Amino acid sequence: MGEQLEADRHWSLLMAAAQDGDRAAYERLLREIVPFIRAVVSRQHRARDRVEEVTQEVLLTIHRVRHTYDPARPFRHWLASIARRRSIDALRRRLRTEAHEIADDTAYETFADPAANRVVEASAARDGLGEAIAGLTPPQREAIELLKLRELSLAEASGLSGKSIAALKVNVHRAIKSLRQRLTGAEE
Amino acid sequence: MTSDTDRLIERLAAEAEPVRRLRPPVLRAALWLAAVAAVLAAAILLFANLDVFARRAADPKLALELIFTLLTGILAIVAAFELSLPDRAAAWALLPLPSLALWIASSGYACWRHWIVYGPDGWAIGESADCFRFILGVSVPLAVSLVPLLRRAAPLAPVRVAAVGGLGVAAIAAFALQFFHPFDITIMDLAVHAAAVSVVVAAVAGAERAVGRRKG
Repeated sequence: MGEQLEADRHWSLLMAAAQDGDRAAYERLLREIVPFIRAVVSRQHRARDRVEEVTQEVLLTIHRVRHTYDPARPFRHWLASIARRRSIDALRRRLRTEAHEIADDTAYETFADPAANRVVEASAARDGLGEAIAGLTPPQREAIELLKLRELSLAEASGLSGKSIAALKVNVHRAIKSLRQRLTGAEE
Repeated sequence: MTSDTDRLIERLAAEAEPVRRLRPPVLRAALWLAAVAAVLAAAILLFANLDVFARRAADPKLALELIFTLLTGILAIVAAFELSLPDRAAAWALLPLPSLALWIASSGYACWRHWIVYGPDGWAIGESADCFRFILGVSVPLAVSLVPLLRRAAPLAPVRVAAVGGLGVAAIAAFALQFFHPFDITIMDLAVHAAAVSVVVAAVAGAERAVGRRKG
C-alpha cells in the first residue's frame, strides 16, 4: 500500500512537470504507465494487438486531457478512470460494428487469396478476351500486346515496334474501347 | 506492435507543450453562476414587476418553490463542472436530484391548491405558451455559454455532462421566469415548465451526442 502511494506520488510529480512543459518527464511518465494501462484494458479485451490498440487510444486521450489532472489529487485514479472509460468505449464500438456486419464464410473463402482468384477469373475470361483481341485491327492488337499483356513501357514498345509513342497511345486507347464494347456486348 | 506504442509515446512527448491546469470545478461553476446572476439581475431590475413578485414571494410555499428551483440550478451546474473531469464519480449526477424532487413536489402542491380553487379551468393554455418560450429563450444563451466551458475539460462522458448542465440551465431559466410570472402556477404551467426543462436537457444532451458522433 505504501509502495503504491509512493508510485502515485512519483507519477503525480512527473505529470505536474509534464503540464509545465517538461518533455523528458512526460516521456518517462508515459513509458512507466503503459503496463498499468495494459492491465486495465486487458479486463475488457483479450487479443494482444487489440489491447495494444486500445492502450494507444488511452495514451492519446491522456495527451488530450492532461490539463485536467490536478496534482493535489491521486494520479492513479485519474489514469484508471480514463483507461477504463476508453476501454469500454472501444468494446462498445466493437460490439456495434459486429452487430452491423455479417461474417460471410464463403465470401472469405473466395477472397482470401487474391492471387488464386485472379488465376480462376483469368481462365474463365481468357477465351472471350482472346477472341476479342483477335478481332482487333493489327496496329491495335500490337499495341495491346506490347503495352498491356507484356507490360512494356511506351518507350520500349516504341523501340520494338518502330511506331511512335503517340501512335501507340492512340492505338491502345482505341483497342481498349473496342475490347470493352465487345466484352460487355458478349455478356449481354 | 509494442514499437508502435513506443513511437507514439515519442511523438506525444515531442509535441507536448506546457498546458494550463483547469481551476477547481467549484470555482469555475461559481464564476459562471456569478456572471449569469449579474446578467439576470440586470434584466429583472429593468423588466420585472418586483412589487408583484414581492407579494407572491411572501407566501412561504412559493418562497420554498423558488429556493428549490434555484438550488436545483446551482447544484446541477456544480455537478456538471465536477462531472466534466475524468476522475470524478458518476454519482455527481445525483447531486441536483433531491432538490429537483423538492422543486417538483412544491410546484405540484401549488398546482393542487390551484386545482381546488379553480378546478379543471387550470388546464387552459393561457400564458403557458409564453412560459415555454421564456424557459427555452433564456436556456439557449445560457447553454451556449456553458457548454464550451464544460468541453474545456474534454469530458469522457459528454452526454451525461451535457444532460446535467442542461438541467442546471433550465432550472435557472425557470427561476428567472418566476419574476415575470405574476400568477400562481397551474397544472398546465407545471406541465409546460416540465416539458420545457425536458426539452432543454434533451436538446443539450442530443447536441453533445451529435457532436461526439461526428468526431468519431
